[in-house]
Amino acid sequence: MNDTFYDVLRRQGISRRSFLKFCSLTTASLGLSPTIAPQIAHALETKPRTPVIWIEGLECTCCSESFIRSAHPLAKDAVLSLLSLDYHMTLSAAAGEQLRENAHETMKKHKGNYILAVEGNPPLNEDGMYCIYYGKPFVEALKEYAKDAKAVVAWGSCASWGCVQAAKPNPTNAVPIDKVITDKPIIKVPGCPPIAEVMTAIVTYVLTFDRIPELDRQGRPKMFYSQRIHDKCYRRPHFDAGQFVEKFDDEGARAGYCLYKVGCKGPTTYNACSTTRWNEGVSFPIGSGHGCIGCSEDGFWDKGSFYDRLTSIPAFGVEANADKIGAIAAGVVGAAVVAHAAVTAIKSASEKK
Amino acid sequence: MSTWIEQEGRDLKFPAYVWQAPVRVWHWVMALAMIVLWVTGYFIGSPLPSVPGEAIENYLMGYIRFAHFAAGYVFAIAFLGRVYWAIVGNKHAREIFLVPLSMLNPSWWRAFFRVVGHYVFIRPKNDWHYGHNQLAMAAMFFMYVLGSLFMIVTGFALYGEGLGMESWAFRWFSSWVLPLLGYSQAVHTWHHLCAWYLFWFTLVHLYFVIREDIVSGLTVVSSMISGWRDRKN
Repeated sequence: MNDTFYDVLRRQGISRRSFLKFCSLTTASLGLSPTIAPQIAHALETKPRTPVIWIEGLECTCCSESFIRSAHPLAKDAVLSLLSLDYHMTLSAAAGEQLRENAHETMKKHKGNYILAVEGNPPLNEDGMYCIYYGKPFVEALKEYAKDAKAVVAWGSCASWGCVQAAKPNPTNAVPIDKVITDKPIIKVPGCPPIAEVMTAIVTYVLTFDRIPELDRQGRPKMFYSQRIHDKCYRRPHFDAGQFVEKFDDEGARAGYCLYKVGCKGPTTYNACSTTRWNEGVSFPIGSGHGCIGCSEDGFWDKGSFYDRLTSIPAFGVEANADKIGAIAAGVVGAAVVAHAAVTAIKSASEKK
Repeated sequence: MSTWIEQEGRDLKFPAYVWQAPVRVWHWVMALAMIVLWVTGYFIGSPLPSVPGEAIENYLMGYIRFAHFAAGYVFAIAFLGRVYWAIVGNKHAREIFLVPLSMLNPSWWRAFFRVVGHYVFIRPKNDWHYGHNQLAMAAMFFMYVLGSLFMIVTGFALYGEGLGMESWAFRWFSSWVLPLLGYSQAVHTWHHLCAWYLFWFTLVHLYFVIREDIVSGLTVVSSMISGWRDRKN
């Protein structure tokens, strides 16, 4: 069996007092009652570290890039102490066959007990030949690793929804992993990439409570994805007041007004950016003066421009939004009404004669 | 048996009491709510120019959104009340909801094409009816009833997003409407489109109400105020 988290901490010279402090802090950051802290301590003292196999399909590694920037907890603690990251192509020191053997050993030793983390997704066209993993289509590797996993974490919008490689016309037929893995609980952590602290917090939660966090209907953890960016945005008072940025270089932009009119997708995007922010809470897109692009929403590449609030509708070869189509059609209906009224008037006038 | 070109319904007894009080009250309350919903809805989608001053001193968008939500509740509850009255009211209170059933009857279609014949200027005189003619009935059902239902469902789905995932509106509406129509942004887009759909309907409705009032020889506009239908001299 693997060491417990507590064993690792003690080996690193961390006192029991500090360990208990960490437990209290984790309890608070997960928004749990203070009475849960002893439970967390107990879990970390007694449970072996959870082995994690992290595989990468059709993706850009931005999820891993985000993950290693986690500040609370630090990514090194998450990787080296909190869990036992037995297999990660980019982060592991070993490479090639050696590394692969590691993964297979974990799969055998911890059958039904390891967590599979998937970054990216499998393309299905041409029998999956668009993404090759150790000489075989990635979709086969995905099925193989998922077979004996306890739970599966879908990192990022790729694994959760499909993201850019599944955008229309999706030539490789890339699909979210829940189209391939149907018999395991899947935690979707969408975002392009997901927030580092959200990633490590979900891992901590699963390890501590030995169960997956409460998910919404789309399979996202409610604790991070139950509110829209707009609901907790620090510029929300400007929205309610009716103060908007009209153009990116106007007075409103300098005053930090709401970015709604320049197409901020905050009101239609479920994520925790406006609460946890990025890079140790330094900022997030809206904080830097740019609208949210809705990267954690399903199919966000296919929803038109990043600077439009409404999806553009391709109609008769011209792109238009709902309001334009509505107004044009209202004009057509109005003209038809006037024409009909005119014919009615002429008819009745000629009948009277 | 009259010919296709002749006017039917000359033998109907007028004056006739057609629109009962709850139907009339509902009509005008609903119309008012609809106007508020269109105006405020348009300004939620395309907000007015920024107001000057500090954010704390202003609440323009807040008031506009409040008016939209309040009118939305009025619209939805009035719709429910109207459905109730369709069940307990007279047969004219029912006709716009029963169009799909009426369509099973071949004589309904015969009457329908007679009305269409009049509107494309083939038949000089329109048939007389106590309530709606068949074309009006069809528009009432397919544009007004279904359109309103769609607006109420998508409206509360969007409202539930603001109330939060634990709210009744999210559980009853957002939880299934969002995935069904392609998530939040798509639901917003559909909600906009359907608002325009009801606007097109209203343009046509207003035109035909006024036209029938002038051309048909029966009272139309005043009947939604008094409830009575009568011949005009």
